Amino acid sequence: MSHILSWITFLPLLGAVLILLIPKSKSGSYKYIAVFSTFLSLVLAIWLWVGFDKGLAPNIAQLRASGPSLDMKAYGIQFVERYVWIRAFNIEYFIGVDGISILMVVLSALVSFIAVFASFLVKKPVEPIHNSLAGIQYKERAYYPLILLLSTSMMGVFVALDFFLFYVFWELMLLPMYFLIGIWGGPRKEYAAIKFFLYTLLGSVLMLLSMIYMYFFAVPTHGTFLLADGSHATHTFNLMYLAYNAHFKWVSFVTAKLLWVLLFIGFAIKIPMFPFHTWLPDAHVQAPTPVSVILAGVLLKMGTYGIFRMNFMIFPHATYWAGTIIAVFGMINIVYGALVAMAQRDFKSMVAYSSISHMGYVLLGMSSFTIEGMDGAMFQMFNHGTITSMMFLLVGVIYDRAHHRDMENFGGLARLMPVYTAFAAFAFMAALGLPGLSGFISEVLVFLGSFQAHRVITMVSMSGVVLGAAYVLWMIHRVFLGPVKHEEYAKFSDLNWREWTTLVPLMIIVATLGVYPLPVLHSMTASISALRSNILAPHTVHAMSTGLHAVSQIVKTTVGAG
Amino acid sequence: MHEAAIKTIHVSYLWLMPAMPLLGFLINGILGKKLEQKLGRWVVHSTAIGAVAVSFVVACITFASNIAHPHAVLVTRLWDWIAFPGAAHTLHVDLAFASDRLTSVMLMVVTGVGLLIHIFSTGYMASEDHYGYWRFFAFMNLFMFAMLTLVLGDSILLMFVGWEGVGLCSYLLIGYYYQDREKAAAGMKAFVVNRIGDFGFIVGFSLLLWSLVGTWDQVSGLYHYQAAFSPTLTFRNIDALMADATFRNAFLAKHVLGVPVVTLIGILLFVGATGKSAQIPLYVWLPDAMAGPTPVSALIHAATMVTAGVYMIARLNFIYAYSPAAMTVVAVVGGLTALYAATIGLFQTDIKKVLAYSTISQLGYMFIGVGVGAFSAGIMHLMTHAFFKATLFLGAGSVIIGMHHRQDMKDLGGLKGLMKSTFWTFLFATFAISGIPGTAGFFSKDEILWKAFDTNNLLIPGWIVWLLGFIGAGFTVFYMFRLVFQTFYGEPRADEHTLEHVHEDWRMTSVLWVLGILSLIGGYVGVSKSLGGSNRFEHYLEPVFERSAAQIHFLSEEGGHGFMHSMGGEYTLMGLTLLLIAVAIWLAWKIYYNKYRTPEQEAEMYGKGLHRLVFNKYYIDEIYFKFVVNPLLAFTRACKWFDHWVVDGAVNGAAWLTKFFAWLDGGIDAVFVDGLVNLSAHATLGLGRQFRKLQAGRIQQYIVVLATGLSILVIVAFLLK
Repeated sequence: MSHILSWITFLPLLGAVLILLIPKSKSGSYKYIAVFSTFLSLVLAIWLWVGFDKGLAPNIAQLRASGPSLDMKAYGIQFVERYVWIRAFNIEYFIGVDGISILMVVLSALVSFIAVFASFLVKKPVEPIHNSLAGIQYKERAYYPLILLLSTSMMGVFVALDFFLFYVFWELMLLPMYFLIGIWGGPRKEYAAIKFFLYTLLGSVLMLLSMIYMYFFAVPTHGTFLLADGSHATHTFNLMYLAYNAHFKWVSFVTAKLLWVLLFIGFAIKIPMFPFHTWLPDAHVQAPTPVSVILAGVLLKMGTYGIFRMNFMIFPHATYWAGTIIAVFGMINIVYGALVAMAQRDFKSMVAYSSISHMGYVLLGMSSFTIEGMDGAMFQMFNHGTITSMMFLLVGVIYDRAHHRDMENFGGLARLMPVYTAFAAFAFMAALGLPGLSGFISEVLVFLGSFQAHRVITMVSMSGVVLGAAYVLWMIHRVFLGPVKHEEYAKFSDLNWREWTTLVPLMIIVATLGVYPLPVLHSMTASISALRSNILAPHTVHAMSTGLHAVSQIVKTTVGAG
Repeated sequence: MHEAAIKTIHVSYLWLMPAMPLLGFLINGILGKKLEQKLGRWVVHSTAIGAVAVSFVVACITFASNIAHPHAVLVTRLWDWIAFPGAAHTLHVDLAFASDRLTSVMLMVVTGVGLLIHIFSTGYMASEDHYGYWRFFAFMNLFMFAMLTLVLGDSILLMFVGWEGVGLCSYLLIGYYYQDREKAAAGMKAFVVNRIGDFGFIVGFSLLLWSLVGTWDQVSGLYHYQAAFSPTLTFRNIDALMADATFRNAFLAKHVLGVPVVTLIGILLFVGATGKSAQIPLYVWLPDAMAGPTPVSALIHAATMVTAGVYMIARLNFIYAYSPAAMTVVAVVGGLTALYAATIGLFQTDIKKVLAYSTISQLGYMFIGVGVGAFSAGIMHLMTHAFFKATLFLGAGSVIIGMHHRQDMKDLGGLKGLMKSTFWTFLFATFAISGIPGTAGFFSKDEILWKAFDTNNLLIPGWIVWLLGFIGAGFTVFYMFRLVFQTFYGEPRADEHTLEHVHEDWRMTSVLWVLGILSLIGGYVGVSKSLGGSNRFEHYLEPVFERSAAQIHFLSEEGGHGFMHSMGGEYTLMGLTLLLIAVAIWLAWKIYYNKYRTPEQEAEMYGKGLHRLVFNKYYIDEIYFKFVVNPLLAFTRACKWFDHWVVDGAVNGAAWLTKFFAWLDGGIDAVFVDGLVNLSAHATLGLGRQFRKLQAGRIQQYIVVLATGLSILVIVAFLLK
């Protein structure tokens, strides 16, 4: 099937258009269209993953030597679709996947499907609705197209290999997210939506700056870049050419570092990395459950994915230079996120801060420049997507019933809702990295990998293991155990079929990948390995002769070896 | 690969041992409630017991096979677990189970005692109808799965899966009566304290992997795996590497902060062991863990899980043997714990609490054993302790059920005639733990104390460790006989109603008899040479410890001095110990026989200050709360405050400032600039304008941003052409 990637990306959008075409009188069909389109997209994504050539990796040295090629397989890219889009600026519709994006494509399709399915109940949470499980629908005609548009734009970010196209998808994602929080959100939804929007926009501006800079100052090493139709070009947005067939005119290493930092901050806001993280708890607390699921499950990964795709691939020198810095921020995220999570009373806000902590593992792992650490980071992105989605779904379950999220005001739910408790125990144990479940594999890989590079930083980060257990167990203690605090909660029904259906697939994935992670590790290792060699290649390291490098080396040897 | 050094026999059945209880867990965990309602309880416990019984049978087969192949490791490899196909020299861990002779001993203990305790539980939990009979058995089976994974794990990582898994089950079962907030809190405490230990464990094995195979890459200036092989973290692999002189020397030469890594690794892994095996300073969770049902205390918190740390050190003997410093730490912490916990046991009045501190103390003896290099003695004590401590706990359980959930000495007394089977088996086990000659505990404990005295591996003289254990042994005898006298002798102190209904359940007593007799005779597997035996137990385990044997030195074997060289030293110490036991029994007899002493009377007798200090467990819990828990909680609140007011405050402040400038700009625009299009001002203050407009809800302005971006692009492109 040709164009499979385009189908995966735009099927949700097609669904959105279809919904808009159907008159309001048939509004009952909206959700089914939405679910069907995302389901189809998910099936195709899994098919894509099955057909993905797991061993394909670029030979970077050869690529550098031989100049730009139209054969994208040589760049390790599969399922390529490439057409000239705006010739005046050499902008292409260029999509494809490699080991870095394949998992994100699957995750994005999966989480979109789950989130749409979980939306079957979306309602305005501020209204006191007693029989909430009957499902009250609220502006469905706006809601489903928006969430489908969100799905398309997220997928677009992961498959786009033209920087301009990437940027378009990146920005496109903001729009539905803003409305989804702003209309269907909680009491402070306007504040949260605007904060999310502006904060992300700030990141986008930084990205835009570096994109424009790169477009104009990237000089082809072999005289020319190629467009999809074979014609020559002097500037390009093609990420593959920018990474391997270009050097930057007038650009000293300092400028490369500047570009690196601009891009990094842009992505760091999305992760979110301390100190740019405060939009996240607000957005989560105000967002309705399915939107939280997408936000935590996929959107945050766009940040770390961007770092892999842009910073690591295009600026290996600066990446190498920044290794320790990334690790330090990863450590801060892990420890600080966990500490703040522990002090939360709001259930959802605790889960939001736990996300910050867990995304720190991704930063720590990627900064190690070891296969174990980088694979662990990629795997952690995937696992965080599944596990956190479960956690937000579970928070949604109790919020739908109790209409509050104050952990101090629950207690004893284990007796009232045993099935719910079992699911929650599973999800939160996965979150604290219980061995045997998928989160453990990625955590331990991150640790084993980054320990090779940053011993003290990793050791401090490992305290996240203790803090993670503390906040999770304390939450379970307050919410589920002890005597029943409010007898009126006795009327709460246990999980309904919709909640089962959203949780069980995620559970199966989390449990399976804990004992058999090999297929996932396999699909990314070739690309990660190439990416890593590029960063650690001798020419990269020898270019590191600036003073800053010396400083970072001193830091490394004194702090790192200690 | 360096596997050639260790012979491997591939077998197909090892996985069955953890898999069967896992299956039992899944059946009871998912369907248990329905099974119980529709078909009755017998389905639930038959499933659970059946699963463990199959494991036990497989364990027997494994044991036989290990007898037949002394130097080989039986391995069942399932599949590649963590691997990076295509990337050379990267971590490669199989999902595989392995059994050597050490494993097989553990397997027999875990499945054997586990099976008995499952059977016992059918009686103990018979009256349970509030918290779910099925839930109990599901969790027990899950525990068996985790424990067998821990024991059988081929690699440190898989062992760690079991390691954390048993912690989880411990948490679930301690908090079995979850509606009682305090009992639930005890579970939480156990998990968190264990996690502190696990932190050490993770650092330890990361360091181990790093120092075994990581080398400094001159080109990239980074450490990463540069070994000529894929590191596997399997025990066999590490063992074989340590047997290779080149590797070993490079490994032993590595230092971090001037400390040899082998010492650091040993100590860090031991930190994990102090958590799991309740040693100083992380023992605090175990007494609280008594909140769980008593069979749980017997199985998890006495016989199996808490011994995991001892097993881990014995398993890694080829690492520990190379670090006298780490061994010293293990032995000294073990000795201190053995003594310290025994003193707390002296004044406890809750019979389960006495046994809890006794367990901590006995675990200390096991650590003395493995710490001084007497690995097989440590493991033997692990085994005999499993017998007698399980008997003691199950006996306490029988008392608790018989006496309608009374477990404080003030409500007991005089049960000797009322609960005959319980009394006799309890007495047998008391003899065993006291080290009365001929009982199981005598052979194992005596061997440990002798080896402690005899050792030449530590940085300190062995007699210091011996002395700690020796005094502890005296206290042990005293608190155990106090327990027996206060519980079974004297006048019954319970109310009429309770006494009328005192009963024993055959499901419980049959198990008690099996374990009670094992406590008496279980020691004959390892009668030491000085007592005319051949120490078959030690001999059986010899192949496991043979590669570290060269590093382990005992004074008597080297002819250090005359006293030690002959059997004389050993006999002298044995005589001293026996004297101590006799004195302690006599004292306990004098004070407690047929006389009930309330805590107040005891305070009078032993001195009020001392009694209060010991009775309150040296206030360690309070100290931890004051100096660790509360400061941490305060710190988390401070972080939350910082996050809200400083980090987020900065964001909101920036937004406010932008808004303010936008307002100012608007004013300037209107009054001074008056319609003049000032592009640069727009560019710099654009964000503020955006904000104001967004606040008004006009998100469409967003498109302007995209358009602005594009137009900048066009302008720059135009200028450059």
